Amino acid sequence: MPSFVILDKCDGCKALDTTACQHICPNDLMVLDKETMKARNQDPQMCWECFNCVKICPTQAVEVRGYQDFVPMGASVTPMRSTEDIMWTVQFRDKNIRPKRFKFPIRRGVEEGKAQPFGHYETGDEDLKSPTLMCEPASLNTERGPVKMDKVPTL
Amino acid sequence: MDNFETITVETDLLICGGGMSACGAAVEASYWANKHGLKVALVDKGAMDRSGAVAMGLSAINMYVDLNSGNNTLKDYCDYVRNDLMGITREDQVSNIARHVDGSVHLFEKWGLPIWTDEEGNYVHEGRWQLMINGESYKVIVAEAAKNAMVETGGEIYEHVYLSHPLMDGDKCVGAIGFSLRENKVYVFKAKAVFVGMGGAVHVFKPRSTGEGFGRSWYPPFNSGASAFFTIYAGAEMTCQEVRFIPVRFKDAYGPVGAWFLLFKAIATNAQGGDYMQENAAELDKWEPYSRIKPCPANLRNWLMMLDVMDGKSPIYMQTAEAIQRIAEQAPDEKSAKRKLKELEAEAWEDFLDMTIAQAILWAATNVQPDKKASEIMACDPYFIGSHSGASGAWVSGPEDLQNDQTKDEYFWGYAQMTTIKGMFAAGDASGASSHKFSSGSHAEGRIAAKSAINYIMDNNETPNVDQAQVDALKVEILKPLVTFDEHKGYTVDPDINPNYIRPKQFMYRLQKIMDEYAGGVSSQFMTSDKLLEKGIELLTYLREDVPNLAATNLHELMRCWENVHRMHQAEAHVQSILFRDETRWPGYYFRTDKPNIDNENWLAFCNCKYNKDTNEWEMIKRPVKYLTQ
Ligand SMILES: Cc1cc2nc3c(=O)[nH]c(=O)nc-3n(C[C@H](O)[C@H](O)[C@H](O)COP(=O)(O)OP(=O)(O)OC[C@H]3O[C@@H](n4cnc5c(N)ncnc54)[C@H](O)[C@@H]3O)c2cc1C
Ligand code: SF4
Ligand code: SF4
Repeated sequence: MPSFVILDKCDGCKALDTTACQHICPNDLMVLDKETMKARNQDPQMCWECFNCVKICPTQAVEVRGYQDFVPMGASVTPMRSTEDIMWTVQFRDKNIRPKRFKFPIRRGVEEGKAQPFGHYETGDEDLKSPTLMCEPASLNTERGPVKMDKVPTL
Repeated sequence: MDNFETITVETDLLICGGGMSACGAAVEASYWANKHGLKVALVDKGAMDRSGAVAMGLSAINMYVDLNSGNNTLKDYCDYVRNDLMGITREDQVSNIARHVDGSVHLFEKWGLPIWTDEEGNYVHEGRWQLMINGESYKVIVAEAAKNAMVETGGEIYEHVYLSHPLMDGDKCVGAIGFSLRENKVYVFKAKAVFVGMGGAVHVFKPRSTGEGFGRSWYPPFNSGASAFFTIYAGAEMTCQEVRFIPVRFKDAYGPVGAWFLLFKAIATNAQGGDYMQENAAELDKWEPYSRIKPCPANLRNWLMMLDVMDGKSPIYMQTAEAIQRIAEQAPDEKSAKRKLKELEAEAWEDFLDMTIAQAILWAATNVQPDKKASEIMACDPYFIGSHSGASGAWVSGPEDLQNDQTKDEYFWGYAQMTTIKGMFAAGDASGASSHKFSSGSHAEGRIAAKSAINYIMDNNETPNVDQAQVDALKVEILKPLVTFDEHKGYTVDPDINPNYIRPKQFMYRLQKIMDEYAGGVSSQFMTSDKLLEKGIELLTYLREDVPNLAATNLHELMRCWENVHRMHQAEAHVQSILFRDETRWPGYYFRTDKPNIDNENWLAFCNCKYNKDTNEWEMIKRPVKYLTQ
């Protein structure tokens, strides 16, 4: 489903250096037209409909509509992502089917930006030549150390 | 191109890519580099938060060996992988990843990833090796830890920089070159060791959808064979280049089926309601011994389905309603049955919303309510994803301590995860013959490779010798499509149609048509033969000859040009390897009609290959498969 930008809603990210949608698109598809200061998808045929531009747009200007070469018209899927969870609204083509709403957590126990890479577990040996990785063996929750074939219990 | 500035970055370790394996590499490398006073730089064509195959999120961690519970052993994991790949696997590699992967998963949880747990606090398994997660932000979280590790230890991150070529010093890799997707800048990275983790490849073959839905391949369109190109161009020995992956997914939008098969225990049937796994079971005799071991290899499950498709028994359906009904019926009373149904429904939709949102739209647009109606499934197009159920990638050294007397000389050469090129390391989709590592195993493998690379740098701590003439020549070559367009654009009214150049999109279509028709793509129902492959190679040669005529109007299109050159190299390695392997081993991935049977006597072996970029020649090498566990 290629992304599209709603003319009235896009404010070009207020002329900041990079726009949010352009920054996030993994396929380099979103571009800002310098004259109109509006964003657009420059190659909808290469869009993976990952919704990352939709989720990140501060003004909810980006949506996705089903690829018309195989998706019948009229349905929509809309995310609202906060720092801790995501809300989805799914609307069916048949308006007699009640829209579905789901809410799922997206992270747990660690504030956005605060993932601390080191120090969760002790590193057993500091030997660059050993197979022991950082945080091992403690992070494997095993006393057995760098696991070898014959040291692992068989069923 | 005088208007391009050249930025030179000097580092000790260069991490190419920002996906799962690269994020693992970034964390681990930062840790060890910091201790030893070394510098790390990472380059991603996208933004690390959402780059690579996990851009959208995932709904499961597909590799968790749970060694600590005592329920599984490394041998169990090796057995599973070896059988799924019809005997062709590097057990030293698989078990090395398996012994480290649980640590990566436990770290993900510490970093904030919500992994499902039951009332007793145990992980909820989707299948024996898979854990259920709320994974919308899986990549965001893993990237966050990687970025924080880099920042804390003085590493440098370059986003929106596209890498096009490795830099070589004879048989040693000494860096990489690429360009910014935002400004007229060429980037030259000089490094003592280079980690390749730029994912697999899609759009080498023609996808099923060719209109607006062209980009809706199962595998993300932004992974375009950079890992394969880097290792091939460097002259590294490659392995399993014939082992593509063809997933069976919900038709057209390619939503995941794993939860349906594993969690909800649904079955798939043909249009008449027949269970092809049972009705076509006799076919399994031909693919022994692998076909008789549970779980039945993915490619054979594909094959039994394809037999029905070829028999005209389509559409093939996932019987979702039946499965949901069966689970609900197990509830003790009506109220809890209702609650259970609601729960299952949310789980089913989350499976899509976390990793294939398009499928949710397609279901909504076709009024599918899974508890009421079955949904069509279908084989996608072929992909190169060595971390999943494919196996293509570079031939890398295994770890020293897991070798036995027979494997040591074949599978070990000094540094775990190093390719046959000095200083070039690979992991995730970039390293071959170690399938079924998925997101978590790729992360763990990236960590193994990074520590190993830091070790290599300490042993070989010399300033990289980067030949300026090589850099200058590559700079001209890389920017040439822009020059070509400028030179010729005035000749015709429509810049798309000009006899003097080829735009990247047409180049890609041409590649895809060749692969589709000669190398067993969707329109040939994955069938090919020696004669078709030979013809395909001839047509690929013309395509290669047209590379210097690629034209680009801007930086975005310049990236598209090189993406397609990368894809073309993956394609060549693929056809050469299918042709070399004189048998059919994975009938549900591709079928050699001239050699329709498996030949364990002669071909229980790795098909490796090496490319010579000066002569454009491929050397094919047969290497023995040696097991550790049997
Ligand atoms: C649709 C789908 C569903 C999946 N489902 C699951 C699942 O449920 N559970 C699970 O565990 N695994 C799953 N996987 C597998 C998992 O995503 C991969 O195994 C894993 O991402 C591989 O890691 P990687 O580092 O090799 O590649 P990726 O994570 O894809 O990273 C590749 C990186 O390279 C960068 N890159 C590419 N080319 C260049 C270039 N030229 N220059 C600079 N950077 C470049 C990309 O931007 C990206 O950062 C799934 C994969 C797919 C495609
Ligand atoms: S993120 Fe939204 S507001 Fe900003 S440029 Fe893109 S569409 Fe416009
Ligand atoms: S949906 Fe994804 S691929 Fe498509 S434009 Fe948005 S970010 Fe890019």
